Amino acid sequence: MVELLIIAISSALVSNVVLSQFLGICSFVGVSKQVKTSAGMGGAVVFVITIASIVASLIYEFVLDPLGLDWLKTIVFILVIAALVQIVEMFLKKCMVSLYNALGVYLPLITTNCAVLGVALNNVKYEYNFLQSVVNGVGTAIGYTIAIVLLAGIREHIEGNDIPHSFQGSPIVLVTAGLMAIAFFGFSGLL
Amino acid sequence: MNKYAERIYNGIWKENPIFVQMLGLCPTLAVTTSAINGLGMGLSTTAVLVAANIIIAALRKIIPDRLRLPAEIVVVASMVTIVDMLMEGFVPSLYSALGIYIPLIVVNCIILGRAEAYAMKNKPLISAFDGIGMGLGFTIALALIGGFREILGAGTVFGIQIMPASYQPISIFILAPGAFFVLSMLTALQNKLKAPCATNGSAKKKKKSGGCNGDCLSCSGHSQNTAE
Repeated sequence: MVELLIIAISSALVSNVVLSQFLGICSFVGVSKQVKTSAGMGGAVVFVITIASIVASLIYEFVLDPLGLDWLKTIVFILVIAALVQIVEMFLKKCMVSLYNALGVYLPLITTNCAVLGVALNNVKYEYNFLQSVVNGVGTAIGYTIAIVLLAGIREHIEGNDIPHSFQGSPIVLVTAGLMAIAFFGFSGLL
Repeated sequence: MNKYAERIYNGIWKENPIFVQMLGLCPTLAVTTSAINGLGMGLSTTAVLVAANIIIAALRKIIPDRLRLPAEIVVVASMVTIVDMLMEGFVPSLYSALGIYIPLIVVNCIILGRAEAYAMKNKPLISAFDGIGMGLGFTIALALIGGFREILGAGTVFGIQIMPASYQPISIFILAPGAFFVLSMLTALQNKLKAPCATNGSAKKKKKSGGCNGDCLSCSGHSQNTAE
């Protein structure tokens, strides 16, 4: 139990997926203009990463590892994730229309989010078992949501400020992200 | 300049994937802690890019239009797996330094972007040169950023001490926040000089010529352009 808690805290805060592992930077910079949309993106990422880490670790544990096909993991994982996002999208469209509408365009975009593949590969790299993989996946996704919502909150305040011309647009966002990364260093004392 | 040399010039200078198109930011930020890591990452991406471009260009008439994205992903993922195994065998130290970012070359949007924008429409040989040009542009950019961070953060370049012994390294530059700061200074400089850059407003017209087909709404270039 303690071990699972440590995995969750370390994946969500200490080695935050965006701010210290640099996965999912595109959507982190691109979809963080408003708190509302970034929370939607965060929700979609939590949803997909949770399912993807469950499926990927099941496949690894019961198919790839016993058959000695470890080297195929990159190809298998990326195809599984792409197919999974499609299936989830179709399922939600049919059965859970309200959630589908809430996630909207963010759902298909997640296929190209490297955080999803990153979690699946990290689970293999650290030799996590099934439960640990799922906890790591959920923790990572929550860490992503925390980071993108915080950045969106800061960006909403930046909008009203007088920024030097050269720093308008992405430079100021990157500076903000850098300062957030420094702040997240503070969590390394947690473990 | 013949068309092959033009492709290489285009990749290195005119449509440089990092400085101009702002693609593939994840590896740009993550592995540029030193010049040698940047160089290694750049060259492995180049290898994948060239091989994937050749294969996709050769298969472009066979791949049905509706299945082209899955087909491209399979080709890229296979090439990445090969590069991954070669690096594990021949350069184990670099392999462990780059770690998870080697398999993650699969989701690097430069590679899929070139496959979509160039290799699906052109012959294998010229596509190979396109891959070499883009790959070299990426490699040079990564090595430059890596070298810059290494000088500031450790006082060395390629592991050779170049700063005087009295220099106190600003170690934050080789840690995570330094990556964000260096990239923000770079984009700010491009803003200042009005250099073309996909994430800055001035490049609005040039955006179309980029390798990315605009299908990634999440791309940092997108939010910037729609915001205006």
